Amino acid sequence: MEIAFYLSGLIAVLATLGVITNTNPVHALLYLIVSLISVALVFFALGAPFAGALEVIVYAGAIMVLFVFVVMMLNLGDQGAAQERAWLKPRIWLGPSLLAAVLLVTLIATLWSGDAGRMVDGEILTAKAVGTLLFGPWLMVVELGAMLLLAALVTASHVGRTIPPDKPRINAESGARKEVS
Amino acid sequence: MSWLSPVIVASLIAMLQALVILLVAVLLGAVMTVVERRLLGLWQDRYGPNRVGPFGSLQLIADMIKIFFKEDWIPPFADRTLFVLAPAIAMASLLLSFMIIPITPDWGVADLNIGLLFFFAMAGINVYAVLFGGWSSGNKYALIGAMRASAQTLSYEVFMGLALMGVVAMTGSFNMRDIVNAQQGLWFVIPQFFGFCTFLIAGIAVTHRHPFDQPEAEQELADGYHIEYSSMKFGMFFIGEYVGMVLVSALIVTLFFGGWHGPLLPPVVWFALKVAAFLVLFVLLRAALPRPRYDRVMSFGWKFCLPLTLINLLVTGAVILIADPM
Repeated sequence: MEIAFYLSGLIAVLATLGVITNTNPVHALLYLIVSLISVALVFFALGAPFAGALEVIVYAGAIMVLFVFVVMMLNLGDQGAAQERAWLKPRIWLGPSLLAAVLLVTLIATLWSGDAGRMVDGEILTAKAVGTLLFGPWLMVVELGAMLLLAALVTASHVGRTIPPDKPRINAESGARKEVS
Repeated sequence: MSWLSPVIVASLIAMLQALVILLVAVLLGAVMTVVERRLLGLWQDRYGPNRVGPFGSLQLIADMIKIFFKEDWIPPFADRTLFVLAPAIAMASLLLSFMIIPITPDWGVADLNIGLLFFFAMAGINVYAVLFGGWSSGNKYALIGAMRASAQTLSYEVFMGLALMGVVAMTGSFNMRDIVNAQQGLWFVIPQFFGFCTFLIAGIAVTHRHPFDQPEAEQELADGYHIEYSSMKFGMFFIGEYVGMVLVSALIVTLFFGGWHGPLLPPVVWFALKVAAFLVLFVLLRAALPRPRYDRVMSFGWKFCLPLTLINLLVTGAVILIADPM
């Protein structure tokens, strides 16, 4: 399991680098999908298969589909690639990567001092255990999250509604009701 | 023979089983292409392919030879990487899902404790085959097909998961073997009838079969997302669709019709018979139903099937709690 952990971790890092450096938006999204799947494999290796499966279902299977969908509809083409290339100049990425490097050093230092081996070989968490935790000690957080999602749903359906016409439009020639949808 | 330790023998047998299941799944998918055409002919009062071999039984080989020797053409305006990747995703994600299906008490590839979730994950990945295939072709019909496929998937994947949660709640496990064993007395099709109906609908939508084949509607989109594909790349999309049919039939049998359980006959025969019955049902649906309009398919999914599965899950949970208060 340790080999699987380090290998999929490495793939996740490389794929994420691919997301950042790739100039074609659809290829970048493909890298992001690979990255999410490898993170799911990291979860599997850590002994949390339920979280790993949910990662693939929710992130790779649903959210990324929406991303790909939107990018395909925009159809950016060569212009988008040129813009991406302009953004990848050192002047732009140097500052954020320096800050990120500081975070990386902190993370590595934390991992160095802790017992990393114990974390890799965790016990297997079943779906039942996750459910008991979610609806036991974390019930409040789950309910708050549900409320937030409900509010988002109501907002989305309000923003995306079609305004109904006051009265059914009559097609003058045939007298039939016109299809509005 | 010292190297032939029990561990090695066991793993060899497991590998052989996996290989046999893989081959049977692919071959069954291929054979179904011909069986479907013959059955459609029967129901539509015409002959269907009956020239090659006795009763047209060698039609499959003729089709295979033709499809293998066609020119494997990649359009110059296509995005090469994704264009090649898409059919591989289509085939691989569906074939990997066969891993979780227990065929008989001692046949099956993997005994995962998240069994059912693995299928959902693979069904989620399978969407990218259509999306990438449609986009990378650089063709507007293909893109429209891909767009329809992703919208359809988003509306059907949600209640596909919810439809099966009733079964999972009754079993108390995601493991497929546990689910089959829980059906020893009563098949889940009776207590979970609405779950079965909605999963059947969602399963058809996942495989893009009639009446949910809007992504590849021949009449309006000239075959949708795989319009630019030729030779074996098209073949992989094509066979992939039938492999998906076999997969969904096997899943329905495992989840709702007791898997290998049945009197008198050996388990594997029961499993095969039940799967065959559902494969025929898939073909019959194609022969019998017209293709509904695209937006109606989506509103049917969101406004009818999703509330139905939610109510079903609610009632199932209530009954479980009443029958067995903790």
